Amino acid sequence: MTVTSDLLKFLSVGERVDGHKPFQRFRLNRTQWMELISLLSQNNWALMGIWAEPQEVHAAFYEEKSKTIAVASLACADGRFPSLSGVRPSAIRLERTIQDFTGLIAENLTDNRPWLDHGQFPIKHPLRGDDQKAQHRPATEYTFLPILGEGLHQIPVGPVHAGIIEPGHFRFTCNGEAVVRLEERLGYVHKGVERHMQGKTPAEAVKVASRISGDSTVAHALAFSRAVEAALDIDLPAHVHWTRALMAELERIANHFGDIGAICNDAAFAFMLAQCGLLREKVLATAQACFGHRMMMDCIVPGGVTRALNDDGIKLLQALVVALRSEFAPLVKLYEDKLSLQDRTMTTGVVSAALVHRFAAGGFVGRGSARSFDARRVPSYPPYDNMDFEIPVFSEGDVNARVWVRIREIDVSLGIISRLLKEDCDSIAVVVDLPKRSGEGMAVVEGFRGDILTWVRIGADGRVLRCHPRDPSWFQWPLLEASIESNIVADFPLCNKSFNCSYSGQDL
Amino acid sequence: MWKLVTKYLLRGPLTRPAPKPSDAALAELANRVNKVAKAKLGRSLSVREVDAGSCNGCELEVHAMNNVIYDLERFGIHFVASPRHADVLLVTGPVTTNMKEGLVRTYNATPDPKWVVAVGDCAFNGGCFAGSYAIVGGVSDVVPVDLHIKGCPPTPTQLLEGFLALLEANT
Repeated sequence: MTVTSDLLKFLSVGERVDGHKPFQRFRLNRTQWMELISLLSQNNWALMGIWAEPQEVHAAFYEEKSKTIAVASLACADGRFPSLSGVRPSAIRLERTIQDFTGLIAENLTDNRPWLDHGQFPIKHPLRGDDQKAQHRPATEYTFLPILGEGLHQIPVGPVHAGIIEPGHFRFTCNGEAVVRLEERLGYVHKGVERHMQGKTPAEAVKVASRISGDSTVAHALAFSRAVEAALDIDLPAHVHWTRALMAELERIANHFGDIGAICNDAAFAFMLAQCGLLREKVLATAQACFGHRMMMDCIVPGGVTRALNDDGIKLLQALVVALRSEFAPLVKLYEDKLSLQDRTMTTGVVSAALVHRFAAGGFVGRGSARSFDARRVPSYPPYDNMDFEIPVFSEGDVNARVWVRIREIDVSLGIISRLLKEDCDSIAVVVDLPKRSGEGMAVVEGFRGDILTWVRIGADGRVLRCHPRDPSWFQWPLLEASIESNIVADFPLCNKSFNCSYSGQDL
Repeated sequence: MWKLVTKYLLRGPLTRPAPKPSDAALAELANRVNKVAKAKLGRSLSVREVDAGSCNGCELEVHAMNNVIYDLERFGIHFVASPRHADVLLVTGPVTTNMKEGLVRTYNATPDPKWVVAVGDCAFNGGCFAGSYAIVGGVSDVVPVDLHIKGCPPTPTQLLEGFLALLEANT
C-alpha cells in the first residue's frame, strides 16, 4: 500500500523542475515558501539540508510517513529569503554559512553571526562569483553567547586540542564541575571545498570530494559519484554497486572499531583501544591488499570504480570476516561485563529522542536515540535495495547506546559483506565515459557517521557548476552541545568521542 | 578479561620489526640538524600534532602509528598534549586561512630547538586543495619545515621511516 506524500502534494503547488534526479525539485514563490514555513511549524518533515546558489536557495526534506524526499527552491531576486531557522533550528548553521558564502540574507535568522568565515578570506562571499576583496577582521572578533548567573566560570578549549584530533573551539561555561553550556565555534579547517569543485570535471572534482572528511572518503566519493550519475542519467552495471558496497561496509567497520576503542580509552580502559586498534588495522591492511589503498581513497569515481576485487581479494575478505567475528566477540563480552566502564558510559551525554528527530540527526547519534533513519534503507540504493538487513536502534541516547549501535552495526556489516561475497559477481575495474551534458542530481548515502546528502549541478560542458556535500556532522554537532549539559567537564572527551563528528566535513 | 590478557601475553608481541629510516628523509634532514640540538635532545623526542587544515585522513594514520603493530613509542618517540612540552611539531593539512594563526601561535609556543615535520601531500604544497581561496599553502609557506613525509595519507610505515630518519639524524 502506498501512502500519499503530503510533502509532494504540498510542493506541487510550485513549479516542478524537469531533470532533477532522482528526487523531485519544485520552485516555490515567496508566498508558497512562507506557507512551507508555517507547515513546518506543525509537521515533522525532516530538514535534510539547505544550500544556496547566488540567486536561489534550495532545501531538501524527508517525510517519514511516505518515505519521500524532495527539494524546495526559492528564487531570491532581492537577495533575501525567509529563514527556516525558527521552525528547524538545524538550519541555523547552514543558513549562517549561506550568508557567509553567497551574501544572501536569511530573514529572521535566529543567529546572525558569521559561521565558517572567520574574517580571514581574501575574497568576500566566495560563492557569489563577483570576487570582491574582503575586509580582514581579527579571527578573535567573535561574540560568544552571553552568560548570566552567579558562580559561573568559562573554559576555552582549542582550536588546537591536546590529542591527535582536528581543530575547533569549545567554550565551556561551568558551575563547579558541571557544564552549564557548551558553545562550539567551528570552521578552522575550511578549505573552500564547494568553490574548489566548481569548474572541475567530475573526475577531477571527486578527488576533492574524497577528501571532504578522510574517515568517510568512500562514503563522500560514493555520494558525489551517485549525484553526478543521477544528474547525467547513467546506469551502472550491478558489479559496480557490489564493489562499492564492499568498500562502504569496510569503511564503516574500520571506523566503528576505531571509535569503540577510543571511547573506552577516554574512560581510561586502554586495553580496548589496543585490541580495537588491532582489529581496525586488520581491516585497513585487507583494504590495502584488496583495493590498493588502506582507506580506499580514489577507488570510487563518477561512472564506476577504479579498483576491482579479484579471487584472492574475495578469499582475503572471507578470512577477514571470520577473524573479526571471532576476535571481536570476547571484546564485546568484556565491554558488557566491565561495570567500571559502564559506570562511565551509561547515563552520560544523553540526547533526547525529541531533539534527535528535530535535528534529523543520522548515524549512531540518531539510532542511539530512537531515530531509525538509515539511507541504505530509505531512500535506499543498490545493492541494499534488494537486501534485508537489520538496523540496530537503541533508545537510551547515552554514550553507551551510541557504543552499542556501533557494536551491532559491525555485526550487521560483516553479515552484509559475507552475503555480498556469496553472490557470484565479476568485479571489474570500470569507469564509463561521462556524457558532456547538463543536469542536476542528488544522492543520499549512508556513511559510517550517518547520511550524507550531496547535490550537484553539471553544466553543458560536463563540468561541475555547483556542488553541495552535506556531511552528517552538520546535524550532530549542535546535539553534542545539548548532550554535555549538566555533565561534568571531565566527561566531555567521552561524549565528544561517542559523537565523533567530523570537523573537516562540517567546515567544508 | 584476565583470560584474554593471558592469551595475548602467551601469543607474543604483534609489533612489526622497525623499518629502515627513509633515505629521502635522511637527505632532507642532513643539513637541518645542528650539533646543539643533537646534544640537547638525544634519542628521545616529544611530538605535538597540529592539524592545520587536514581532512583527518593523516590523523588516522598518525593514530595507527601508535597502535600495537607499529608502536612508535618503542623508539622513544611519544605524543604530548602541549606544544610547550614538544621537540617536534607534526603538522598535517594544507594550511587554511582560518588555522594559519593557530599554527603560528603553536609554533611560537614550542621551545627551541624544535623541528617541524610536515605530513601528507597537502602539508607539502596544498595537495588537491592548492589554489583554493581558503588555503594559504603548504606548511613551509607558514613555518620553517625540516622534514616532509608525503603520501595521501602516508602509511604508518612511511611515517615510521620518516620519524626514524629524524632520530638517526639526531644521533
